[in-house]
Amino acid sequence: MINRYSLLIALSIFFALIMALMPLPFSFEPFRPDWVLLVLMYWSLAVPHRLNIGTAWVVGLLIDLASGSPLGVNSLTFSVCIFITASNFQKIRNFSLWQQSLLIGLFLTLYHLMQFWLNHFLLGVYFNPQYLWPVFTGMVSWFWVFLLLRKYRRHFRIR
Amino acid sequence: MKLMFGRTVSLQLRLFVAVLLSIALIAGDRYTEGGTVVRTSLNTLVSPLIYVANLPYELFSIGAKSLHTRDQLLTENEALKKKQMLQSEQLQQYQFLARENQKLRALLGSSAKQSNRKIIAQVLSVHSNPYSHQVVINRGTTDGISEGQAVIDEMGVVGQLTKVGSTTSRVLLMTDTTHATPVRILRNDVRTVVEGIGKINVVKLSHVPHSLDVRIGDVLVTSGLGGTFPEGYPVAIVTEINRDEGRPFAQVYAEPIALLDRIRLLVILWRSQQEQINDD
Repeated sequence: MINRYSLLIALSIFFALIMALMPLPFSFEPFRPDWVLLVLMYWSLAVPHRLNIGTAWVVGLLIDLASGSPLGVNSLTFSVCIFITASNFQKIRNFSLWQQSLLIGLFLTLYHLMQFWLNHFLLGVYFNPQYLWPVFTGMVSWFWVFLLLRKYRRHFRIR
Repeated sequence: MKLMFGRTVSLQLRLFVAVLLSIALIAGDRYTEGGTVVRTSLNTLVSPLIYVANLPYELFSIGAKSLHTRDQLLTENEALKKKQMLQSEQLQQYQFLARENQKLRALLGSSAKQSNRKIIAQVLSVHSNPYSHQVVINRGTTDGISEGQAVIDEMGVVGQLTKVGSTTSRVLLMTDTTHATPVRILRNDVRTVVEGIGKINVVKLSHVPHSLDVRIGDVLVTSGLGGTFPEGYPVAIVTEINRDEGRPFAQVYAEPIALLDRIRLLVILWRSQQEQINDD
């Protein structure tokens, strides 16, 4: 069912997609946080009945298509991450913001290791510690993403 | 709130279905070939997203252009005019040489070389998968291009087309780990293969015997074998040779001639008519 709430959530995901694809200066490129995953995680914690593994799978496929990775890699990793947050949303919601950010860092590490593992299997790339920079920038960005999206959710009364 | 009990499908089942679908997709993407209709339409689906993401960069570059001073423009114009003069002088020579080459080939009774169809494409600057080297260009099936065509720039070989959509497509750079280019050494016509190792300024010559005559500074040009790249385009210059007898092969590294980290305009080549006929 498409209603006002789903449209507003879709709009925020669309902006995250644009931010994930926008060009950055070459030296900042390794530090780009995973905006889409952060936004998906926020919504799966805040409104788990609206956004779930299905949405994560579709958005992951869009990312795969738009960033040219082998199809299905981001779908798989997004689904697993959203499964973890959506199945524990009541616990994670009650943590303070910095505790949440530590947990998000853990999930992001899992995401990047799964991504690397799949890409190693499919493309034969080798591990480079640089691949884990987005975990730290993602943890820092979580404060901003969380507070911004909470304001957004309260303003538009998304339930 | 109905969150506590009202869930229709359990999360575990959803995850199971999602994982199954993803694995099917990964396997399907890996083990099927060619630009099928499904793939093209899927790639077309995200084209608007790519154009929107590219918009800020375009606006910046338009802004930067309009802020150029008159002096800068004049000096740039001057430099370009000089370059144009030099190149048109070379072009006159080239036309003469091409005609002479044609005549000589006619005397030898071998087939004449024809120039191929080509098209210019612009690189859209959007973020790509960090694990592979690729760029997005603003051409697609509506311009008549298809998967597997060779892409070059004004310096040398850049890569080949993969993932073609109707208005955007992707170029797999020759430095990607999954890309290999058949080349020959310009100096002595020895054939070999250059493969990417995932670094933007280094490629590797694969399976080079210790006895191969290769030196630092050798220019590698496409050999035309394999049918993707037309013969004779510059690919890389040999920069490092490590002849360790303990290893089965000599390790030879080369630097791509095209500046792959700052490409902006590209040329997409079609294979010549004759080769296509021989193929079919």
